[in-house]
Formats: sequence, C-alpha cells, structure tokens
Amino acid sequence: MTFLRLFWLHVRLGLLHELQYRANLAIQLAESLLSLAGALIGLAFVFSKTETLAGWRPAELLAIVGVYFLVGGATRVVVQPSLTRFMEDIRLGTLDYTLTKPVDAQVLASVRQIEIWKGIDLLLGGGLVAVALARLDRAIGPLEAISFGLALVAGVVIVYSFLLILATCAFWLVRLQNIFVIFQSMYEAGRWPVGIYPPWLRTALTFLVPVGFAITVPAEGIVGRLAWPTLAGAGALAVALPLLARRFWLVGVRHYSGASA
Amino acid sequence: MTGLADLALLYRAQFKITIAGQLQYRGSLLLWMLGLVLQPVIYLAVWGAVARSNGGSVDGYTDRQFAAYFLATMLVNHATFTWIAWEFEYRVRHGALSPLLLRPAHPIHKDIADNLTFKLLTLAVALPATALLALAFRPVAAITPATAVAFVPALLLAIALRFAIEWTLALAAFWTTRVEPLNRLYYVFALFLSGQAVPLALLPAPVRLVADALPFRWTIAFPVELLLGRLSPSRMIVGLVAQAAWLAVAVVLLRLVWARGIRRYGAVGA
Repeated sequence: MTFLRLFWLHVRLGLLHELQYRANLAIQLAESLLSLAGALIGLAFVFSKTETLAGWRPAELLAIVGVYFLVGGATRVVVQPSLTRFMEDIRLGTLDYTLTKPVDAQVLASVRQIEIWKGIDLLLGGGLVAVALARLDRAIGPLEAISFGLALVAGVVIVYSFLLILATCAFWLVRLQNIFVIFQSMYEAGRWPVGIYPPWLRTALTFLVPVGFAITVPAEGIVGRLAWPTLAGAGALAVALPLLARRFWLVGVRHYSGASA
Repeated sequence: MTGLADLALLYRAQFKITIAGQLQYRGSLLLWMLGLVLQPVIYLAVWGAVARSNGGSVDGYTDRQFAAYFLATMLVNHATFTWIAWEFEYRVRHGALSPLLLRPAHPIHKDIADNLTFKLLTLAVALPATALLALAFRPVAAITPATAVAFVPALLLAIALRFAIEWTLALAAFWTTRVEPLNRLYYVFALFLSGQAVPLALLPAPVRLVADALPFRWTIAFPVELLLGRLSPSRMIVGLVAQAAWLAVAVVLLRLVWARGIRRYGAVGA
C-alpha cells in the first residue's frame, strides 16, 4: 500500500515537472520514433534476404521488438531515472536524506524519479504487439494471454532486479554513471531471439544479463511457442533475483558511510 | 598565429593530460569497450543466422565471411568513432567553451589530440578483444599484403572524414541545446548507410544508390571492404579519391559553420 501511494505521488510529481517543459514531449516522440524506425528498417533488411530467422517468422520478430519496447519503456520511465539519481546521491553524499526518511530506502530509491514521456515507448511497444498479433492471424486464447502477461511481469521484475544489483555496486565503486549506457547496449541484444547467438553468448544473455528471460520469453508467450518449463524458469528467476538484489542492497546500505563522514 | 612547432607542443601536452585523465577511470574505460564490442557481435549473429537459414551464404557472404566483415567493422568503427556531439552540447550549455576560446589555438586541436590519445589507449583492449572474438567466430577473408597496405590511407582518411563530419554536426549545439534528436537521426543513417548493421552489398539497389551518394559509406564500409579484398583495384582508387573529396567538402563546411556558430555563442556566466 505504502509502495503504491509513494509510486502514485511520484508519478504526479513527475507529470507536474514535465508539464513545465512541454517541448520535451516532442523531443521524446522524435527519439522514440527514430529508434522504432531503426528497429523496423533492420528487420526489413533481414527479411529481404530470408523467410525465417532461426525459426522466427517476420510477424513473430515484430512481437519481439514490441516486447523489447514494452520492457525497455517500463524500466526507462521509472527504474533507470530513479537508480541514476540514486547513484548520483551516493557520489554527492545526499543519499543521507533518502536513508533518513521513514520508508524503506530501496522502495524510495527505486521510484523517486519518473520520466513520464518515456511512456511513449510503452505505447509503441503495445502497438507493435497488437500489429504482430493481427499479422500472425491467430486468435490468442485466455491461457496464452495469461502466460504472456505473467512472462511480461516476470521480465520487468528481472530487469529491475538486475539494474538494482548494478546500481548497488555504486556503494563501492562510486563513479558508475555510464553503467546504464552499457546495459542499454546489452539490452539491445534482446531485440533478436536469443536463439541466434552462439551457445556461450546465449548462456550469458540468459543467466548473466537476463535479457533472454526478459524479452524472448514473453514474446514466445504471444506467438504461442512458450513451453511451460521455460515460463516456470522465468517465474523462478523473477522470485530469486529480487531476493538476491534485496540482500545485496542491504549489504550495500550497511557499507554506506555518507559523504561527510 | 600558431606555428607547427607550437602545435606539436600543444599535442604533446594534450596527450599527457588525456592519458592521465583516462587512466584514473580504468573501470569505465573497460565498460565503454564492452559496449563497443557488443553491437558488431549482435549483427554478426543476426547475419550469420540469415546465412545459415539460406543454406550457407547470402549475396557472397558465408557466416565466417560475415564474421570477418563485422570484426573489421568493429575495429574501423573503434578507430573512427567520436563522442564530440555530447561533449560540445555540454560545453555550450555550461559555458565550458569559454576557456577553450581563450587559448591561442583553435579548440579543434584539443579534440583531435583527445580523440587520438583515447584511441591509442583503448587499442590495448580492442586488439585482444578482436583476437578473442576471432577465436570464437573463426573469420575468413582474402586479406593480402596489397589490401593491408592500401587499408592504411583508407583508414586515415576515414578517421579524418568522420571526425570532420561529426565535429561540424556537434556545432548544432550553438543553435539549439536539444541536440539529442539530431544525433539520433544521424545515428540511424550512419548505422545502415555506413555498413555497421549490414554489408552494403546486401542492401536493396535503391538504398545502395543513396549510400553511394552520401558520405557515410566512406567512413566505415569502404576501408573494411578494401581490407577484406572485396574491391577491385580501380574501385579502391575511386574510393580513396571519393574519401579525399568528401574530406575537403567536410573541412570547408566545418570552417563555415564554426565561423557562423561562434558568433551566436553567448556563454553562460560570460
């Protein structure tokens, strides 16, 4: 409950803040559309040379790009800006003010900065998934809808936990601002089914940087090729990774001594 | 005016400053390199999969030839890339350009020296990374001593050309502080038309015509194809001439835009 209230409060704050700078909406729209164009042009070139890519048909790959935008958008609206600010707070010592507030510091550090216009990526992602479904020309059953929903939620939770672990490293390393830029380039690997990568890279993209679970698995859910063991695996990771991230966070907070100390 | 001896002195000093500055943050240096390596590996995997699902090769590229192409692209991209657009926006927005203007040499010299130093420093990571990836993907290419020799001027011209283009583009910060959309637009064009996402030979004919007419191709795809022995001697010569011509155009443009832009610069706090 507290979490939802806090979250909602920061959504409103973020909206109020962004409404001062309405040109940002146009800028963000241009940026999102350009990255969408880049993704679609890439797909068009690939499928001008082949019918299927590692067994995926064009419309199915469109679904992957859709999930890529959905999960990426969800983290760029809240998680990335908040955690970026959190790392900056460590560097400047202003994290003291977060820690002394009477709510859980992890919750506060994860939701306190919201960039509302990045939500455009969510709309684009949803649109892409809808187009992919229409072009696949197959009715989606309730079971598939549920497994897609579950896999998507698991994907967002997994990416959040992974980003939290990365950000928590800032307690020791301090200067880590560009770590999310690097994450972005790893995340881009998820725009394609993990099946195309050689085994060593596929393993890394599944377990080390879990973009496979975050993107390929939910996409498999929509196109109807998700096996139950895979969904169970994603679910297990979506439970285990947040717990691990939480433990790591607690260790990190204990390590923090403030900038003035 | 600054003479050549003064410039040499300036470059030596700037080399030392940049090396000292970068070596403070070895960790972030390594992270940057990781980002640079990943993108070519992604496209290599994509096109390798396309080749395999087409029975082994697409338009004259087998998956191991794709490996050679994208590893070479990675190295050329590493040699030619700049980060000047972000740097320049920061300079204009925070007034950090003012102290650079007070120096007796054109600010571009600092950026050139900075860029070269960073490249030399990171070569120590880029080369072993390439060797490891070569072990993993086992590239094949028809590199001969002749193409290796011709590669040197092509690479140097590519570095100069891309630097001139991106430095000019970065000057957009004089007119707007929101340079991000412009950078993205440039990036999307460069991704497909410079051969980073796909060898130009695989593009549809009309797109290839566009790529021929624009400068992007000469910054990456040309030196790569030349090195891998995919160009006839006459096309090598034509390419080198085209690179030199584009470089001349870019330098003229750079001077023009700089002269107009600097008049608009009203530093914060100045």
